[in-house]
Amino acid sequence: MPLPFDMMYHLSIYADRVISCAFFLRGSTISTAVGSHLLNDPLPAGLGRALMLTFENLTLGYDRHPAVHHLNATIVEGEFIALVGPNGAGKSTLLKSILGQLTPIEGRVIFHGITKNDISYLPQASSVDRTFPITAEQFVATGLWQELGAFGQVKKHHRVRIHEALIKVGLAGLEHRTLDALSGGQFQRLLFARKLMQQARLLLLDEPFGGVDEQTVEDLMQVITELHQGGATIVAVVHNLSLVKRYFPRALLLSRELIAIGATAEVLSQDNLNRASTIGFADKPDADICAVHDHA
Amino acid sequence: MPTSARYTTMLDLLIGPFIEFAFMRRALLGTLVLSVSAAPIGVFLMLRRMSLTGDAMSHAILPGAAVGFLFAGLSVTAMTIGGLIAGSLVALLSGLTARKTGTGEDSSLAAFYLTSLAIGVMIISMSGSNVDLMHVLFGSTLALDNTALILLLSICAITLIALTVIYRPLVMECIDPDFLKSISRFSSIAHYGFLILVVLNLVSGFHAMGTLMSVGLMILPASIARFWVRQLEAMILLSMLLAFGACVAGLLFSYYISVPTSPMIITSLGVCYFISIFFGLNKGMITTLINAKRKHLSA
Repeated sequence: MPLPFDMMYHLSIYADRVISCAFFLRGSTISTAVGSHLLNDPLPAGLGRALMLTFENLTLGYDRHPAVHHLNATIVEGEFIALVGPNGAGKSTLLKSILGQLTPIEGRVIFHGITKNDISYLPQASSVDRTFPITAEQFVATGLWQELGAFGQVKKHHRVRIHEALIKVGLAGLEHRTLDALSGGQFQRLLFARKLMQQARLLLLDEPFGGVDEQTVEDLMQVITELHQGGATIVAVVHNLSLVKRYFPRALLLSRELIAIGATAEVLSQDNLNRASTIGFADKPDADICAVHDHA
Repeated sequence: MPTSARYTTMLDLLIGPFIEFAFMRRALLGTLVLSVSAAPIGVFLMLRRMSLTGDAMSHAILPGAAVGFLFAGLSVTAMTIGGLIAGSLVALLSGLTARKTGTGEDSSLAAFYLTSLAIGVMIISMSGSNVDLMHVLFGSTLALDNTALILLLSICAITLIALTVIYRPLVMECIDPDFLKSISRFSSIAHYGFLILVVLNLVSGFHAMGTLMSVGLMILPASIARFWVRQLEAMILLSMLLAFGACVAGLLFSYYISVPTSPMIITSLGVCYFISIFFGLNKGMITTLINAKRKHLSA
């Protein structure tokens, strides 16, 4: 007779704890049949080890239906990590909870030494009104808000930086175009130019490469790499797995529950991907109340 | 007739009424002040796709003005304070409802302003005569007393100062509200501050132009300016000039052919708008057609 789901869950957690305790010192990635979602993060060598974010037993959702379920994971400073998972897996939801736009149903997001002001977020669908009469240059200048506030003057050296940012994203010569005269890809580049002005410590990018051509992806990845080398921590939702394998040293595979986190090649194993795709996301109207509470 | 004499006659026709009559000078000052403060508000309303919000808000003011009228008669101060309270209440309640429940601001605003309007009409019909209603609806441009002028001047000053203070966050709130929200608390300050400025200017406008016409002086100059210039600052400046020009034209027309002033002002703006639809340099229909026929550039 099969065990009820929640009992299995508890068992898997205990098994996990034992296993992860045993292997903790070795820091190896282990894949077990049950509960690999609670594996300790192996930190890649050479990265700064200061913690930046901890997701502690984090459950997020809409109308009590979980979109992210009992997530335990950490993001360290200087990380360059891709958030991977099928549509509806809770990736954007997770980013929103970091931003504080969504209150957790259970658990919490812990900030280590950063505040909301250190975060720069690129939403999946930007709320930008592209008919507003403003030029590309002025738009990039809005990224200076944290430096200038409501009254600070845009000085010569700011203008130089704006110009440099536009060159970096490949928009030199289009400074004086209005937003409605830019293509989708050009506009995406412009959003990154604004990012460059912000000098944020943590970048949350939600599908930054939706609907842009390969050249743009290359150029924007270059910009992201540069921001990373400048000390920024990068967390990006990316759907293109070959892109993830090529550029991102680490990945977090999410499918409502954490499937795996760690070195990209291991996280994106066929086994893990299969498991991620088999979880259904339909709300069950008659779903029982989740029995897992505060096990972290 | 020698040329100089003809010019003198023209000039006489244009400025004669203002030299001759104090009420015309008062009306001129009142509408100038109103144009300077209402026009920039109109530009932002239009750019935020809130053109009809102004209209709704102008109706929302009615019950407050009516209650003021009920207690103090045709007193500028009482009706202003009443209108301000009613308008701000509707603006804040609809804004809060929209933000807290995630329903659209259009539906919450419609619900609140319609309720407010209904209460206003009820109060007026229970207490006053139709003449009073006409005053509230169409204003009294040619009968501005000192209190009204001082009110118009102070609201103009407040508007210009407040706009200067919230200009940057307001522009950013228009372009990318989520971005502003993610980096500062100015988002709601800009949003609600702007709504309060809208209410202030509607209240100010309703003394000079009446509730029904005051929105016209906000929205129409902005809609016309959009057909002629691209830059935001230019748009604001042009709409101020247009508003004032229309006021002068409206005053003169109403003086010479005795038509009601504020509808005349709005009608002249309407004519300008109609012309701009076709001949506007920026996206005017005929201009676009002509541009399509011109030879294109190489890059």
